[in-house]
Amino acid sequence: MRTNMKTIIITLTLLSITGIHSLTAQEDTVAETILEQVDRNLSAQTRIFESSMTIHGRRTSRTVTSKSWSRGESAALTEYRSPASEAGTKMLKLEDQLWIYTPLADRTIQISGHMLRQSVMGSDLSYEDMMDDRKLTEVYSAEVIAQDTLRDTRVLVLQLTARLTDVAYPTQKMWIDAEKFVPLRQEMYARSGQLLKRIDLFDVKRIQDRWFPTRMIYKDMLKTGGGTEFSISSMVFDAQIPEYIFSKASLR
Amino acid sequence: MLTFKLSFKNLMGNGKRTWLNVSVLSIAFVAIVFFNGLLDGWNKQAKTDTIAWETGYGRLSHPLYDPYDPYTFSDAHGIPGFQKEILVGGQAVPVLVTQASAYPNGRLINIVLKGIDPAQSLLELPSRWLDSLPEEIRGTTIPAIIGQRMARSAGLKTGDRMVIRWRDVNGIFDAREVTVTGIFKTNVPTVDVKQFWIPLETLREITGMYGEITYFALGEELAGSSPWTGNEAWYGGWFYTPLDTLMKDIETLMEAKKGGTMIISFLLLCIALLAIFDTQVLSIFRRQKEIGTYMALGMTRVKVITVFTIEGAIHALLAILLGTLWGVPVLAWIHYAGIPLPEMSDQAGLAIGEKIIPVYSMTMILATVLLVVITSFIVSYIPARKIAKMQPTRALKGKLL
Repeated sequence: MRTNMKTIIITLTLLSITGIHSLTAQEDTVAETILEQVDRNLSAQTRIFESSMTIHGRRTSRTVTSKSWSRGESAALTEYRSPASEAGTKMLKLEDQLWIYTPLADRTIQISGHMLRQSVMGSDLSYEDMMDDRKLTEVYSAEVIAQDTLRDTRVLVLQLTARLTDVAYPTQKMWIDAEKFVPLRQEMYARSGQLLKRIDLFDVKRIQDRWFPTRMIYKDMLKTGGGTEFSISSMVFDAQIPEYIFSKASLR
Repeated sequence: MLTFKLSFKNLMGNGKRTWLNVSVLSIAFVAIVFFNGLLDGWNKQAKTDTIAWETGYGRLSHPLYDPYDPYTFSDAHGIPGFQKEILVGGQAVPVLVTQASAYPNGRLINIVLKGIDPAQSLLELPSRWLDSLPEEIRGTTIPAIIGQRMARSAGLKTGDRMVIRWRDVNGIFDAREVTVTGIFKTNVPTVDVKQFWIPLETLREITGMYGEITYFALGEELAGSSPWTGNEAWYGGWFYTPLDTLMKDIETLMEAKKGGTMIISFLLLCIALLAIFDTQVLSIFRRQKEIGTYMALGMTRVKVITVFTIEGAIHALLAILLGTLWGVPVLAWIHYAGIPLPEMSDQAGLAIGEKIIPVYSMTMILATVLLVVITSFIVSYIPARKIAKMQPTRALKGKLL
C-alpha cells in the first residue's frame, strides 16, 4: 500500500511538472493503481448500513429510509423502513437474481431480465445500478486525464473505458480525491458520448480503516429534477452476517 | 285469408291502442337494428384499420416476440434464413423492435422504438416521412415519426428534437438526438401510443443488430399462400400468426360488447312485447261475447285462437312497416354522419375512430325482423290459448272469465 501511495505521489508530481499531455504507459499503470485504491475504499467483504434515499421529483420530494446487509458482489438484502407505504418492503439480491417482498400484498416477486432496468421506487437508480457491485478494476481500464480542484479538494480526473462488453456504461469519468482516493464525482456516458448520469459524492468520512463518501446525489442528466440523494447514517464494514439473512426466508 | 282479414279489421278497430303498440314495437325494432349496426360498424372499422396500419394479413415473428410483453423485445430479434426470399414482391414489411427511453422536455418516457423501411407501402404508416429530414441536419439527428396520441402525451410537434436512450445488443447504453419529421393520425393506438418509428437501417446500426428483424407484417397475397395454411405454424424457426389470431382481441371485445347490446335489445323488445301481451289479455277479456258469437256461428276454437294470434302478430308486421318508414331515413342519416366518440375512447388499446359508422347488413336486418315477428307471435298466442277452454254459451253471456 505504501509503495502504491509513493508511486502515485511521484507521478502526481511528474504530472504537475510536465503537464497532462505527456502521459505515458507508466502513468496508465498509476491510474490503475488509483482505481485499485478506490476499490479498496469502496469495496468490502460485508457491509451493514442504514441509509435514506430522497427522490427529488419535478414538483415534490419524498424520502425512503432503509437498512441493508451485503456480502461482496453476490448477496444483498435491503429492508425499507419508511415511509409507512414502503415500510417492510424487502429486496434480496442473490447473484444476478432479485426478489422483492411487499408486505401489503404479502407476496414475493422475482425481478429478472429487463425489469432490472426499471427505476427503484421512482428514483434515478435502476435495480441494475444497485446490483452492479463489480470492482471498477474488473470492468474498466483507467487513464489519468487531468488534475483539478473540486469543492476545494485536489482531485485526479480519470477516464474509465470498459474492457468488458456486458457493461451499461462504456465510458466513465471520475474525479478522485487525490489524498483519500475516494470519488467525488462520477459521470457515466453513452456510447455516443452523451452524458447520461452524474453522481456527486460528499461528506467523505473515515469509517474503520477506509474513507467512504456518506452522501451521494444521483442525477439522470437527460431528465429535469433534482436527482436522488442517498445518505448513509451508519456503516459497518466486514462484520459477521448470519447466513439466513441472504435467504428467501428472510424476506417475510 | 278470411282469418287474416278478420284479424286485420279487428286490429284496426282498436284504433289508437293498436298504433301505440305498433309505435313502441317499431322503436324497439329500429333500436335493435341500430345497436347491432353500430357494433358491426365498429368491428369492421377496427379490423380494416388494424390490418391497414399494423398487422397486415398475417405476421411472421421471431419465436421470442410477444407483443404484450415489452420485456421480450430485447431478445426477440434475429436474421431469418428466408429473409431475401420473403422480401421479394413487396408483400412483407420487416420491423425491428426494441425498448428505449425518450426525454421530451426533460421528462422521461418509456417508449418502444420501432424500425421500418421508409420505402414500404404495404402498411398505411407514412414511413416515407422518415426521408423528409432537411439536408442540413441529415446525419446529425435521427428522423422519427410518431402518432398523434404519442405527440399529445409528450407535448411534441413536427420538427421537435429530443434525446432518446436505448441499449444496444450487448446491453450498453447509447443515446442520440431524434427529430420528429411527422406526426400521423391513425385509429390504431397500437402503432401510436408510446412508440417512435425510425428508419430500419438506422435502428439496426445504433443497436448493433445488423440485418436483424423482430417481425414481418405480411400482405394479403403472401399471407394467403403456402407454406402456411392459415393456421398458427412455424416457418424456418419463426412463428406465423394468421389474420384470425391477430384479430382475436377485436373479436373478443366485440363478443363482450355484443352481450351488452343483447341485454339492451332484450329489454326494449320485452317492453314492446309486454304491451302486445297486455292488449291480448284485455282483448280476450272484453271480447268474450264476440268469441262466443264466432263459435256459435261455427268457427272452430283453433280458428278463433288463430284470429286472435294473428291479431297480435300483425302488430309486428305493422311495426316493421312503420319502423321502415321512419327508421330508414334516421339510420341512413346516422350512417352518413357517424356517431362521434369522446377523445379518450381509444385508450383501451383497440382501434376506434373519431366516429363509428354503423353498418346494417341484410342478414342482421332479416334476423331482427324474424326475431320481432316470432316473439310477437308467441306473446300473442299465449293469452289466446284460454279461448280453447271456453264454452260458447257462457262466452256469449260474457261470464266466462
